[in-house]
Amino acid sequence: MENQLSVPGRYDRLEQIAKFIEQAGEAAGLDTVAICRCQLAVDEACTNIIEHGYQGEDRGPIDIECEGGAGELVITIRDRARPFDAQTVPAPQLGDNLEEVQVGGLGVFFMRQVMDAVEFKREDGSNRLVLVKRREPHEPNEAD
Amino acid sequence: MEIATQEYKRVAVMSVTGRVDSATAPELESKLRGLVEADKNQIVLDLKDVEYMSSAGLRAMVSTLKAVKRVNGDLRICSPSPRVEEVLRLAGLTSIFSIHSSQEEAIASF
Repeated sequence: MENQLSVPGRYDRLEQIAKFIEQAGEAAGLDTVAICRCQLAVDEACTNIIEHGYQGEDRGPIDIECEGGAGELVITIRDRARPFDAQTVPAPQLGDNLEEVQVGGLGVFFMRQVMDAVEFKREDGSNRLVLVKRREPHEPNEAD
Repeated sequence: MEIATQEYKRVAVMSVTGRVDSATAPELESKLRGLVEADKNQIVLDLKDVEYMSSAGLRAMVSTLKAVKRVNGDLRICSPSPRVEEVLRLAGLTSIFSIHSSQEEAIASF
């Protein structure tokens, strides 16, 4: 399986990215629930790159690499947008009070909730995000 | 993504099919806003055929919910697909939406 995908930073490429992650997840032996969570995390990451990093569509590429094995999938996403500091992303305001709910920042929140490891790094003029998903054998309620 | 809207006497039902991500959520938000601007403030959003939803879809739904609540309307969800259910739960937004198991039940709830 081709384990690298490079696409222009456009929202209409998110579906192609999701299919690429599905294939990589299947090859790594992840179950459907885990693959769906990887797709969500990668979608949110790529959306953030386009919206906040490049600040618009068609302003730079997104490179994705998947490495799988032994029930683990490691997804590395690189972009050449301005430096991204995850610490500066405000946490979403959630809860029961509708007027106070703010869903901005939900992307990073989702990544941290659904992945086993999330690491942001700046190297060689690029942002590098590493997302790791491990197979979870002790989740009988989340079987396919 | 495909959107079909049916307008009844008191309630508008919007059925969404396919992917709701950052590429398609603006269209969903725009169509929902169109209902609100036409004073159709009692809306049922049927999400049973949504195969994928990201935070962009949730943003469209929350923004519409805020708009209709301000004019004493509501946006009620029916039959959310498992993937929609999961993102709503992950975001902790299940309590702000009225969620129904069928379109008929959601319509009758108004």
